[in-house]
Amino acid sequence: MSIQYSNAELLAVTASREMVGVNTIFAGVGIPLLAALLAKHTHLPALTIVVEGGSIGPQVVPGYLPISTNEMRISHRAQQLVSITDIFLLTQRGFLEVGFIGGAQIDKYGNINTTVIGSYDRPKVRLPGSGGANDIASLCRDLIIVTRHERRRFVPKVDFVTSPGFLEGGSSRRDAGLIFGGVRRVITDLGIMGFDEESKAMQLEYLHPGVSVDRVLENTGFDLLVPDEIPLTEPPTLEELEHLRRIDIDRRFL
Amino acid sequence: MKTGDFVEARRRLKEKSLAATEKLATLAEAASLVEDGDHIGIGGCMFTRTPLALLMEILRQGPTDLTLSKNLMCNEGEWFMAAERATTIITSWLGIGLPWGISRIMRENAESENPKVYYENLSHMALGLRFRAGAMGLPFLPTLTMLGSDLMSVAEAKTMTCPFTGEKLCLVPALFPDVALIHVHRADRFGNCQVDGYPFMDADVAAASTRVIVTAEEIISEDEIRRYPERTLIPGFMVDAVVEVPFGSFPHEVHGLYRADYSHFDEYVDEIRNHGTGAIRDYLDHYVFGVENHEEYMAFFDQQKIAELVDEARMLVEA
Repeated sequence: MSIQYSNAELLAVTASREMVGVNTIFAGVGIPLLAALLAKHTHLPALTIVVEGGSIGPQVVPGYLPISTNEMRISHRAQQLVSITDIFLLTQRGFLEVGFIGGAQIDKYGNINTTVIGSYDRPKVRLPGSGGANDIASLCRDLIIVTRHERRRFVPKVDFVTSPGFLEGGSSRRDAGLIFGGVRRVITDLGIMGFDEESKAMQLEYLHPGVSVDRVLENTGFDLLVPDEIPLTEPPTLEELEHLRRIDIDRRFL
Repeated sequence: MKTGDFVEARRRLKEKSLAATEKLATLAEAASLVEDGDHIGIGGCMFTRTPLALLMEILRQGPTDLTLSKNLMCNEGEWFMAAERATTIITSWLGIGLPWGISRIMRENAESENPKVYYENLSHMALGLRFRAGAMGLPFLPTLTMLGSDLMSVAEAKTMTCPFTGEKLCLVPALFPDVALIHVHRADRFGNCQVDGYPFMDADVAAASTRVIVTAEEIISEDEIRRYPERTLIPGFMVDAVVEVPFGSFPHEVHGLYRADYSHFDEYVDEIRNHGTGAIRDYLDHYVFGVENHEEYMAFFDQQKIAELVDEARMLVEA
């Protein structure tokens, strides 16, 4: 009998496995936090999770998953609570190995837009804004992005660069002054993308079981690089799914 | 004030009394310190430790043409837009939280031909550093954040080449609000403030501002403050007025005392979804303009529900 799971569960499990050898992670709420908690539970016992509100090393009471990055639920049993500015300053110093965020609109070079769809002065849709996403994308050593793989989200060029990926590709991120960091992976419900070492353009690296290359291309609004051989990811295990479901019992995010 | 004008900010402080005298006031007296055209720096973050009772009293008293700055703006930002009191909002994010969707009134304003409210968009850290620069009495601070992004062209920020390393830096100018509004767990009658849990940006917002208004869940004795001086976040000499307001952040939350009432947010957002942004005005007519004070406001809420939120808050801080 095959194991049933939602797209959100697939995203969370895939993202948790992507964290190999990671000791410090700056996690946004929702899927990123769920994935970080799962990684800590399964294969990264030495992981310290850092959350934007100022929480270092918090734990989550199963069934009491936080909705925001700065509420009591994500300060439970924390090892330290510092000011928001200070949590970002220690990220700027270089202590955070991986930043982990979602995104509304993403482009070929991994730039994220959560500010406006359309023009800035007369937007078609005003989105909530950066929050700490720009800071996480700018300052962590590496960035992992999780998002649904839809054509309207995967655009050739984002309408507004809220959070920098590789900007215009090549060395443009470094030239802008972001001498560290960049996007390591984009994890979607269809597979895992990485970036070409030279051009910094997005490329397909793994497919989820049952997903074809054509389906990925149909849902991508730009020319995705596709290598000849594309390995498959392993489906989520029952143990992983049960742990996630225990934490997000109300299924606010799963 | 010119952007980042630390000289003028220091001059304004000289007009303020720094005496360690009694600062106890009523909510109405404290709110009257806010004037038309003021820049209000708001403490807390999202729906945690928001000085809501004070903001509601400011809405009742009616100062207009306000600038609001807060790291992540929650629904209090929507209220000042709906009541047409805010003309500028400086924040990195506006909304209640991901499950409640995008703020409808923010969308309507930004997407209209002539927006009534000007939003300054910047990153969370950039806003934090703007308050920090203000608190340090400096015109700006350098940072590596926001570089290369389109926020650089819409936020108050400039780039420079580092004179020591030659690397590119982003500079963000200090914010010097006219008034800081801060909600804390405990304060004494001299305005010395202590909080539990997250400090957020409150200490910087207070130090950067000319005037500081504090609401506290509880007024405690001077001796109790002196017993744990390391817990004091804001010293009394900075504070102009302190008011005891139990549940002064409700339905937002206060660490260890009461958790946010998510179901109240559900109802608030459902009304806006079903009836449009006029529902925010109806909400204010009921919860803010329809009452005389915070005690009458709290009477709207179910005691059993409040008890559950208090229980959860206690459970979460028990290690």
